[in-house]
Amino acid sequence: MTTEYEVVIGLEVHVELNTDSKMFCSCPTTFGAEPNTHVCPICLGMPGVLPVINRKAVEYTIRAALALNCQVAKYSKFDRKNYFYPDLPKNYQISQYDLPLATGGYVEISVDGKKRKIGIRRVHLEEDAGKLLHEGTGPKTSLVDFNRTGVPLIEIVSEPDLRSPEEARLYLNKLRTILHYTGVSDVKMEEGSLRCDANVSIRPLGSEVFGTLTEVKNMNSFRAVERALAYEVERQKEILERGEKVERETRGWDENRRITVSMRGKEEAHDYRYFPEPDLVPLEISRDWVEEIQERLPDMPDERQARLVRELGLPEYDAEVLTSSKDLADFYDACVKHYPEAKTVSNWVMGEVLGYLNEKGLEITDLPFRPEDLAGLLRLIDKGTISGKIAKQVFQEMCKSGKAPETIVEEKGLKQITDESEIAAIVEKVMEDNPKVVEDFRGGKEKALGFLVGQVMKATRGKANPQLVNRLFRERL
Amino acid sequence: MPPTRTRDASGYPGFWRGLRPRKHEGRTAVAAIAFSGTQNKEVLGLKLNELGISRLHKLISSGEVTSVEVTEAVFERIDEVEDTVKAYLFLDREGALKKAAKVDLNVARGEEIEPLAGIPVAIKDNMCTKGIPTTCASRILEGFVPPYDATVIERLKASDAVITGKVNLDEFAMGSSCENSAFFPTRNPWDTSRVPGGSSGGSAAAVAAGEAIYALGSDTGGSVRLPASFCGVVGMKPTYGYVSRYGLVAFASSLDQIGPITRDVWDCALVMNTICGRDPMDSTSADVPVPDFTSFLNGDIKGLKIGVPKEYFGEGIDPAVKEAVLGAVDKLTELGAEAEECSLPHSEYALSTYYILAPAEASSNLARYDGVRYGYRAEAGDLLEMFKKTRQQGFGPEVKRRIMLGTYALSSGYYDAYYLKAQKVRTLMRRDFDRVFERFDCLVAPTSPVVAFPLGDRTADPLSMYMVDICTIPVNIAGIPGISIPCGFKDGLPIGLQVIGKPFDDGTVLRVAYAFEKNTDYHKERPEL
Repeated sequence: MTTEYEVVIGLEVHVELNTDSKMFCSCPTTFGAEPNTHVCPICLGMPGVLPVINRKAVEYTIRAALALNCQVAKYSKFDRKNYFYPDLPKNYQISQYDLPLATGGYVEISVDGKKRKIGIRRVHLEEDAGKLLHEGTGPKTSLVDFNRTGVPLIEIVSEPDLRSPEEARLYLNKLRTILHYTGVSDVKMEEGSLRCDANVSIRPLGSEVFGTLTEVKNMNSFRAVERALAYEVERQKEILERGEKVERETRGWDENRRITVSMRGKEEAHDYRYFPEPDLVPLEISRDWVEEIQERLPDMPDERQARLVRELGLPEYDAEVLTSSKDLADFYDACVKHYPEAKTVSNWVMGEVLGYLNEKGLEITDLPFRPEDLAGLLRLIDKGTISGKIAKQVFQEMCKSGKAPETIVEEKGLKQITDESEIAAIVEKVMEDNPKVVEDFRGGKEKALGFLVGQVMKATRGKANPQLVNRLFRERL
Repeated sequence: MPPTRTRDASGYPGFWRGLRPRKHEGRTAVAAIAFSGTQNKEVLGLKLNELGISRLHKLISSGEVTSVEVTEAVFERIDEVEDTVKAYLFLDREGALKKAAKVDLNVARGEEIEPLAGIPVAIKDNMCTKGIPTTCASRILEGFVPPYDATVIERLKASDAVITGKVNLDEFAMGSSCENSAFFPTRNPWDTSRVPGGSSGGSAAAVAAGEAIYALGSDTGGSVRLPASFCGVVGMKPTYGYVSRYGLVAFASSLDQIGPITRDVWDCALVMNTICGRDPMDSTSADVPVPDFTSFLNGDIKGLKIGVPKEYFGEGIDPAVKEAVLGAVDKLTELGAEAEECSLPHSEYALSTYYILAPAEASSNLARYDGVRYGYRAEAGDLLEMFKKTRQQGFGPEVKRRIMLGTYALSSGYYDAYYLKAQKVRTLMRRDFDRVFERFDCLVAPTSPVVAFPLGDRTADPLSMYMVDICTIPVNIAGIPGISIPCGFKDGLPIGLQVIGKPFDDGTVLRVAYAFEKNTDYHKERPEL
């Protein structure tokens, strides 16, 4: 009989804040600049330089912490984390050790329709390191880009509350959505503004004691997180099944080989020699400031989702999809403001809009037209100016050119033909050309009508009013 | 009339009783000059490089002498004695004369000039100077040219100060004799077989030898006051936070403070006026008003309450030093101050506390010297080896010793026993001072228990070297202001009197120092070289 195991996962998520300037100096933080152009003596760790805290970064951290239901500390301080690495100019990172900015929050995820609260142990603020470039430098050389050095970074540490790789993915996804709502970060895993490490262990089901954990790093996408964790869980199970012990170690995810590999063992673990940063004074965070930040906090996805269901009568599923990003929810709300048929708008946004974005790999903010243009398109259908089918064509054109739907309909001559005599003539022509099909229909073959209608639409390039065409056929048949 | 003296309730007899300063003989008092204002500087036998800031300011701003003349006089003196003194690591003759000429031009145009304008200053080589090498007297920073100016340098430049060059120090300001310089030791101008004190040995020696009108030093455990004491000049460590540390290469961030080294207290106050003040680039710089420090210099100390901490006269103190300092106390009471013995009971832990905290911070501050971005890099097969070899070859033995001490004190499992404990003792020591400052306006003590010692005397025994700072370290630990001024001689070697004040009451420290100086002649003595 095999033992049933319980999976225990905790995530450490690093998120770069999108402040204009770095954590301790005034260098810009924009992604993708030429290497070593966003640097100054301070972020390069020149002799004699001193850090000065970026107030905005503290504010953003508090904002994120509040969105994650954390307690914001009244008194917080920075500490030095000492280790040698060439991407770390001072060979210490200014971070927070025993007095983080916030503690004790949670994120709610929905697993198989059930809500689960995942605890947040702490949120702290620190500075990012630079990037090593190994490509094209020869075997004996590496280059360092210090642009990222000193960019404000928050670390969000979850409690070991996650019980499966899937839950880990759901949690990460929710965390990203929430942070995106707060606007404190771009949370793009592919640009490294969101990074995730995991602590994974397993224990026999019902056991109160945690198993030995391994730390898994180098997971560069949401999919990688789920895969790496699934692999790691299986690996640990196999070890225990063999009657062996899991070693406490740090393992890296190898995306190509789809396995985790040992990076360093317990003996090689760093002693970071944390001590209070003497170049900075401790932070005293006034309650007024925290309240002010709380008041300006936008609605979080859960609240917004509930509102869509409650006020607009949308199905849960629609509301969840539409609030999966703040930008999408904002787009939807703006559309509804101009075209109040909530469900119709939802169908279009979830169908056409998301379909287009997924196909092209774009973000909602990349759309070249405004929400009122989509509303305008829906009104054209209502007015009978175009059919639903033509509307989809117009939509594609809007995506391409960004032009208003009215303009497109005008320019392309897509206006629906509603002149009865004009359509009647075409209907008669079609009946003349297809005597066999007419026969079939009259013989009771309902399907034949569809073919005939199709012929009219083809002749009019889809512009004939379908109801009208139907009626005219029925009158004549 | 005998000086009035109060005693503490214990009835402990004032241990300075009956001691008088000995008149020093055998030196010429060259600075006691009444300048008549004539254009003929040579007729008076007066050398411009031997004058103080305030006097030179009057001469330059009135057009009686030019800044170029003063600067040239300083460089002539450098040419004359530098081979013996070896105070400088880098001379910027060209830059200095250019700045001097600019000041002269401003004077010629009838413009008002700043109090420090056109006056030559030497900078300790641990303050970043844009375009001028900054080595911290370390191999590991050999060839490093900072791309920016320290805030104090910016302030000096904004005042049109003439920077002569960079002066020697113990490597990374770690030492008390200037012998830990990776390049060469500086000599004491009073006796060139002796050390000038450290770590700002180059600064103090340059000022004492007339190779600069004044200098900037940095003081982490006494590094301004000790060499000032050994070289018979004035050296001040301002309250922590008064002077920006931005651009001062960090040794121990919570203790480091830049301070002036000058020929007299008035000059010290003038330099304080320029270098003190809030700097947004330094989070630990204090947002407190900066008074005109010369306004404290009225010579009046009547009724001022002066504490004399008994712990500073303990074991190991040279009897001559004790005698001179107690004589100074008598002098101050003679001038109307009320002196009384007091106690700072945690003083005995000063050295051990300091040698945990300072190395701990240093071990982290000095981690950046790794050969990756600037300074010395050793050739090696791989990264780790490069790190190791660079630091092995780039740092001297004292720096390595302190990095190891600090790394150990911060290590997991030892942190509580060392670093945390030391922080707690630091709090106790601060409270000691808070307590005595409830009763006293300032404290006086020796700057060092000893006078300048021969080169090589203490290099083999680090602890004996550390002991030299026993009277100055507590002041850094408490973050309060302290000054050293000349108060006597032992066998031709200067003795320093330390005046210690309340936080941000640097004015009172200067006031007491000035009153003493005004009524004594020790500061007028000059070494013969």
